[in-house]
Amino acid sequence: MSFISPEAYAKTIVASVQEYSLLCGRAVANIFTRPRYTADIFTQMDSIGVGSLPIVVLTGFFTGCVLALQAAVSLKEFGAVNMTGELVTLSMVKELGPVLTGLMVSGRNASGMASELGSMKVSEQIDAMRALGTDPYRKLVTPRLVATVFMLFFLTIISDACGIAGGAFVSVALLKLKAATFFHTGYMSLEHGDVVEGLVKPIFSGFIIATIGCYYGLRTTGGTRGVGRSTTQAVVASSVIIILVDFLVTQLMIGIFGR
Amino acid sequence: MAETVVSPEMKELVASGQPIVEFDDVSIGFDGHEVLSNVSFTVAHGETRILLGPAGGGKSVLMKLANGLIEPDSGEIRVFGRSLQDMTENELFEMRAHVGMVFQESALFDSLDVEDNVAYRLEEEHVDPKEIRERVLEALRFVELEQVIDKFPSELSGGMRRRVSIARAIISKPDLILYDSPTGGLDPITSTTIMELVIKQRDVSQTTCLLITHRLQDAFTLATHRFNPQEKRVERIPDNGIDPRTKFLVLNEGHIVFDGTTLELTHTKDPWLREYIE
Repeated sequence: MSFISPEAYAKTIVASVQEYSLLCGRAVANIFTRPRYTADIFTQMDSIGVGSLPIVVLTGFFTGCVLALQAAVSLKEFGAVNMTGELVTLSMVKELGPVLTGLMVSGRNASGMASELGSMKVSEQIDAMRALGTDPYRKLVTPRLVATVFMLFFLTIISDACGIAGGAFVSVALLKLKAATFFHTGYMSLEHGDVVEGLVKPIFSGFIIATIGCYYGLRTTGGTRGVGRSTTQAVVASSVIIILVDFLVTQLMIGIFGR
Repeated sequence: MAETVVSPEMKELVASGQPIVEFDDVSIGFDGHEVLSNVSFTVAHGETRILLGPAGGGKSVLMKLANGLIEPDSGEIRVFGRSLQDMTENELFEMRAHVGMVFQESALFDSLDVEDNVAYRLEEEHVDPKEIRERVLEALRFVELEQVIDKFPSELSGGMRRRVSIARAIISKPDLILYDSPTGGLDPITSTTIMELVIKQRDVSQTTCLLITHRLQDAFTLATHRFNPQEKRVERIPDNGIDPRTKFLVLNEGHIVFDGTTLELTHTKDPWLREYIE
């Protein structure tokens, strides 16, 4: 087994970061110049947004259910079971809704983008596209980026709503709380900053999912094995970066809104 | 297909006597291994240049260089009189609008049907849908595959995919066609069909082309056959004639070992070349 020198390894990382940055720059710049592939954007919105709806609804709902159950156990010790609504709502809107939706969509779509573009790369379809006078970044990356950012925003709102509904269901059916109490405490606990925080995160997550998925897809080499490798790397990288960026955005929002 | 519509720029280029493709001392390597070394050659207007050589000799890399899909490490490549290295990415896309390329494995878009694959370039250029349909049918008729217009690439045989790929390359009536092993991996009968299409395209449109092949038989078929427009079939050039516009370039381990006409190749004294062509 041969070991790569630290210098060569460092150069590889710098080159990858440079390549990724260029891809992001070109994908964003293409939004503001013609030609625009509007039909491709809508196709991707359908695939990414509508296609991800079932997993986002189910994940959100059951996360809310579990959150209510777990919260109730701890809150009971302090005689504060009535605060379940507040805890579930705040957790879903600020943190779990955006992050879990990001991770679920990443698992479904970053892998899908990497494998689709990777297959096109290894079968020379990307080269064929360039040979036919089309910029693959404009045709393939930008529509995916726009569609993912746009749809993840709304998927997160749906996830938040389903999570709160799940929490309410458990609170009413199992914890014997009043639905009005649950929703009232939840609503009263939310402040402007919490909602902004919850809606800023999916914008970052959407950007990460699309760019990482496309980046790994477009750099695929090594046939079908390479496609599998790119798919795995895309999911791992996008998931880790989503959580990392979530931490940074949370820190930033606490700095701005003070909570 | 109708004859090539020669653009004013192309007329000017032809009048000036400049080559369509010009490689000047081009070298390129990957992972420390040199694939092409100091390669220089030209392809004149209307010429068919056949690239021969053992597998791994850098022929496909050369083809991608000629279309600006990759950049050389050193040297200069001029296509239609303009240096590819001096062009921006957008200028390269414009240049490629005048170049048709047939890939080794066809490289058809598997999510599009045959009609959309062939029409791809015209749709990108926002040509009128009615005209697109007519031109797609014309291109498919040329490759004798009108009946598969609604099928997807996965439903076609290897030979059919290759023919659709040729239709896609010629639909915009390009000034230069690059064929990367159009008969690679095909059975002899299908290979003959493909070569007949290449000959037909060459003789009907007089398009400049660069063609890679591993089969010497295909190369010599191109040099010794012509398309008879009256009888609408490919036939041997009478009196053992040789097409004067067909020339050869032989690559071995990244170096040019032969650059000349069919007769020069068949009468070569070079021992390696003799062994290779025999």
